[in-house]
Amino acid sequence: MDLYPLYNSLRIAAISSIFVFFIGIAAAYYIAKLPRVLKGILDVLFTLPLVLPPTVVGYLLLLALGPKRPIGTFFLENWDIRLTMQWWSAIFAVTVVVFPLMYRTARGAFERFDENLADAGRTLGLSNTYIFWRIRLPYCKQGIIAGVVLSFARALGEYGATSMIAGYTPGKTATVSTAVYQLWRTGNDELAIKWVLINIAISAVVLLVVNLLEKPQRRRR
Amino acid sequence: MLYVDIEKRLDRFTLKAKFRCDHSTLALFGASGAGKSMTLKCISGIEKPDKGVIQLNDRVLFDSEKHIDLPPQKRRVGYLFQEYALFPNMTVSGNITAGMRKLPKNKRELKLCELIGQFQLEGLENRRPDSLSGGEKQRVALARIFASSPEVLLLDEPFSSLDTLLKYKLIPYIRGIIRDFGGETILVSHDIDEVRQLCAEVSPITDGITREIIHTEAYYQQIKKQYEDLK
Repeated sequence: MDLYPLYNSLRIAAISSIFVFFIGIAAAYYIAKLPRVLKGILDVLFTLPLVLPPTVVGYLLLLALGPKRPIGTFFLENWDIRLTMQWWSAIFAVTVVVFPLMYRTARGAFERFDENLADAGRTLGLSNTYIFWRIRLPYCKQGIIAGVVLSFARALGEYGATSMIAGYTPGKTATVSTAVYQLWRTGNDELAIKWVLINIAISAVVLLVVNLLEKPQRRRR
Repeated sequence: MLYVDIEKRLDRFTLKAKFRCDHSTLALFGASGAGKSMTLKCISGIEKPDKGVIQLNDRVLFDSEKHIDLPPQKRRVGYLFQEYALFPNMTVSGNITAGMRKLPKNKRELKLCELIGQFQLEGLENRRPDSLSGGEKQRVALARIFASSPEVLLLDEPFSSLDTLLKYKLIPYIRGIIRDFGGETILVSHDIDEVRQLCAEVSPITDGITREIIHTEAYYQQIKKQYEDLK
């Protein structure tokens, strides 16, 4: 059995989760400081990929990154890089689709933060950067880790946008989810079932981790 | 010397705080929600007044006309929060040293030892705040404040989260700390007993407006009389 789809899915999910970790936390942190109207608009925009069909996200991404589209042409002409149909093209798709999960969990965690701690830190002369990384993030740790794990789980399962922007090339862009579809389409039930079981096992483990992370937080409150 | 003359619009009223404190301990006395804590937050730079002046010794901390607004980090204000606001992810030592990160390491250790001794925290160095009693938390918070060498002490209802018995035990202790500190101290309280035991002067505050500073005993006689008239 060729394990390339698993390896590819894992690396796409891992890299996307790292991106989403930083972008999601930054968005969640800075949005709280914005005026109400702008906050409302951005919040809708940031959450949209969660409710949009992934095919719509994929279509929009192709509008920007496709070889004949503005950004795609720019990269092709200047560096001879094609942004679609590479294994890493899926990272664009997965990052966008998964971003709302991280953003919303991080925002929820930040909202429970006791602002007096940040204020106390400031009167003690601590820099805002120090307060953010050493006081705010550790305080919201559980929520943020849960967000990362949840994002990783969702990233592993992304199909719609990935298949549109990276396609299915065995040994190149194939992921677990696209492999399952391809195997079913070509009538290879035996192998399809194997991938389905692998997928269920990974997702179950990840959800278990999320639950374990969330429980002690509730007990403390 | 601490001079405050500020205005800030709030939801229910406009805060108008004006007082001057010279090497003494001044109480801001009033009901909860009267703007006492907000005044402390303005002095420390956590909140920004709409207009006015705040001056601490020879430094202007805030001046709306000259567009001066020092960040809290540069004000050197020792703020004791109501629930002490200890960093839950750090040990007692970590909390105390957080306020002196600019000192070289050996000086930091020396000062930490000193403060641990001064605030009777021996044996608690590696404990986390959630395993401390109310009195211990307060001493850690005070040690942390003094680690950052403040020029003024702001005490926001320092006894509100302690039980009555402990409170009466701690009042003389806090009085000693204020005396040793020697600089200006502002105590925010809604308890006249506390104020009488800690402050010679009081500035009553109602709906955000501070009245002229008056001797605590004179003020106490006033409200006692009011209370008796009511009876």
